[in-house]
Amino acid sequence: MGRAAGPAAPPWHSLPDEVWEHAFSFLPADADRGAAACACHGWLRAERRSRRRLVVPNCYATDPRDAVDRFPSVRAAEVKGKPHFADFGLLPPSWGAYAAPWVAAAADGWPLLEELSFKRMFVTDECLEMIASSFRNFQVLRLNSCEGFTTAGLAAITEGCRNLKELDLQENYIDDCSSHWLSNFPECYTSLEALNFSCLHGEVNFTVLERLVSRCRNLKTLKLNNAIPLDNVASLLRKAPQIIELGTGKFSADYHPDLFAKVEAAFAGCTSLRRLSGTWDAVPDYLPAFYCVCEGLTSLNLSYATVQGPELIKFISRCKNLLQLWVMDLIEDHGLSVVASSCSKLQELRVFPSDPFGHNGGQVFLTERGLVDVSASCPKLESVLYFCSRMTNEALVMIAKNRPNFTCFRLALLEPRSPDYITRQPLDAGFSAIVESCKGLRRLSMSGLLTDLVFKSIGAHADRLEMLSLAFAGDSDLGLNDILSGCKSLKKLEIRDCPFGDKALLANAAKLETMRSLWMNSCSLTVGGCRLLALKMPHLTVEIINDPGETCPVESLPFDSPVEKLYVYRTLAGPRSDTPDCVQIV
Amino acid sequence: MEAAVGYVSGDADSLLMATELRLGLPGTDDQKSKTMFSPPATPRGKKRTADAFEDSAAAEEAHKADDDVEVAPPVAKAQVVGWPPVRSYRKSCFQAAAAASKSKANKKAEDATSSNKTTPSAAAPAAANANGGSFVKVSMDGAPYLRKIDMRMYKGYRELREALEAMFVCFSGADTAASNPSEYAITYEDKDGDLMLVGDVPFDMFSGTCKKLRIIKRSEATGLGSK
Repeated sequence: MGRAAGPAAPPWHSLPDEVWEHAFSFLPADADRGAAACACHGWLRAERRSRRRLVVPNCYATDPRDAVDRFPSVRAAEVKGKPHFADFGLLPPSWGAYAAPWVAAAADGWPLLEELSFKRMFVTDECLEMIASSFRNFQVLRLNSCEGFTTAGLAAITEGCRNLKELDLQENYIDDCSSHWLSNFPECYTSLEALNFSCLHGEVNFTVLERLVSRCRNLKTLKLNNAIPLDNVASLLRKAPQIIELGTGKFSADYHPDLFAKVEAAFAGCTSLRRLSGTWDAVPDYLPAFYCVCEGLTSLNLSYATVQGPELIKFISRCKNLLQLWVMDLIEDHGLSVVASSCSKLQELRVFPSDPFGHNGGQVFLTERGLVDVSASCPKLESVLYFCSRMTNEALVMIAKNRPNFTCFRLALLEPRSPDYITRQPLDAGFSAIVESCKGLRRLSMSGLLTDLVFKSIGAHADRLEMLSLAFAGDSDLGLNDILSGCKSLKKLEIRDCPFGDKALLANAAKLETMRSLWMNSCSLTVGGCRLLALKMPHLTVEIINDPGETCPVESLPFDSPVEKLYVYRTLAGPRSDTPDCVQIV
Repeated sequence: MEAAVGYVSGDADSLLMATELRLGLPGTDDQKSKTMFSPPATPRGKKRTADAFEDSAAAEEAHKADDDVEVAPPVAKAQVVGWPPVRSYRKSCFQAAAAASKSKANKKAEDATSSNKTTPSAAAPAAANANGGSFVKVSMDGAPYLRKIDMRMYKGYRELREALEAMFVCFSGADTAASNPSEYAITYEDKDGDLMLVGDVPFDMFSGTCKKLRIIKRSEATGLGSK
């Protein structure tokens, strides 16, 4: 092909970095940016210097100082620590995931940092004090499922971060030192846009809170804790009618018409309210106070509301524009069928067990029928978390047929190894139907009686699956082998109480380096197998985790000693040095 | 944070299956019990007694479930650590709220007797209890930080002791060859502010009056109890 006459265009490699940085700003996902950075040194340089947002899904995958060096212009960072099964008490409390090294590295290398999020990490008051004093334009702090800090640390944040826009404390374990964290917001401070202190147990000074809410006209999100009575919730709403997301405090009180009228009027003023949560101990008497906002709600979290019966159903059925619904199984099959017919736009459903351990007699509220109804009638439904006591293959097949658009399907049958309750067969057929039909499935949690057969289907069909959770499933190493040799997109695998041993792991060792992490507990692993794996794959950290008090140097144990808990993850940083005694890195 | 409630062995499961009523030809389920895996033989000497306890409890409850002519799986279950996968945070919030609504009357009586206290720390636990929380601080001599546990998560002294051992032994084992739990005594501060040895009164009475827990070296515990 001939060249056009005129000056030649500059060769690609001499375009200034700014041009590439601008081009990369259009790339939607970090993964795309990462791919671009691999193309050549020039792109690597341009991409890393212009990266503004960094997500580190495993805090031990890299040394924090290396991350800060590589991406010097980051304004927003998110770091996650403990593996998911830590949520269920399977990890010893001293395991690790300390935020301190990350805060220290950020304080050093990212002075312009504006946003910091930690999930499942150990955050101390010192960390919070350092955050408060190191970043002059700090705006957003999100702590999710963390522990190790107290309200004294929060006081440092509220006092020191003059430009704070968002303080989001979700489901953390916070020690209440009765400190004045809320009062530490200066009187002249008005930039708060989001405040979530729902996980704090102690009382807060309501007058201070009310004044804060009144003067922060941009407040969009307010999630209160359980100590704030209904009366005060109503007062706050009157001061902040512009609110978009509300977490109520305690939503119960003895019925009183005056109080009801006050609450109802307060909600009537909140025409922008879209997301509602909290509602601990909600009593049916006050639910109608919500009616005026139902039409506008897109997200409803009633998963802490122990309310049941016709009032609950009446309330939810008025929420015709719901996209996201979290409830307790107290809603029962009947309630879910009403949801199915009323909430046609529903995208995500989570149903939590009200009596997971059978303490209240193990009364059964919910069966497979509820899920079948919702998946049949809600065309946009793509994400489900469902706790129930029984399931059938037929129901799962029907669900799979009705909803091939699932991206996340998590089924938790309360009793381990529950079979199809009618045919007594394993639920292989049902789950196979799910993975075969839902081609976009990214996350799957299975339960019930399952054999190696289901893993054949998963390995063969679940091409987009990124996260898989297994419990009490399978017969042999073949099951694990099928998963690891298939499942092209697998990033996270967590397994408990399955008869999987070393063979499948060793045969698929290379696969583990393409994944973010693997967790296995109460399986059939041995010390020898884990040591072999570690030898084979130097870029993996292989952690053997014992119960605290059962430490024993791994070197002295025989080859076939069983391993109770295993956590394997890829890392650029080599073995971590902050392990407690009960963790051995082989 | 969580009670270490022991591990359900495969035997409990086959026991439950054997007592279940079901549709289908007799003998068809024998294959099932073969495919059910038996857990690895872990050297968990400490947990053996817990297993035996759970097994007999499970067998007892299986017989009770037999009375319902139902095909559904047995309703009562021996507890397995971390199953069903309910987040610890959610568990503690919900259990506390459910128990609080049952014992509201007891709380009112307690608040009346402790109202003579003027220290701010009394207000916080009272408020927390009123809202359904029953978290008490746990301190251990020599540990760098305290923990908090939810008293309603434990049904007896043994569970509480096991949970505390699990929580704190990682601190005590640093310079001794093997950590010895009997080196330590568990004490608590009751609502009158007195330091008491754990174990003297019925567990329910204890959990209602306990405000704070302290794990102290046994050498310092002389005078508190004969054991």
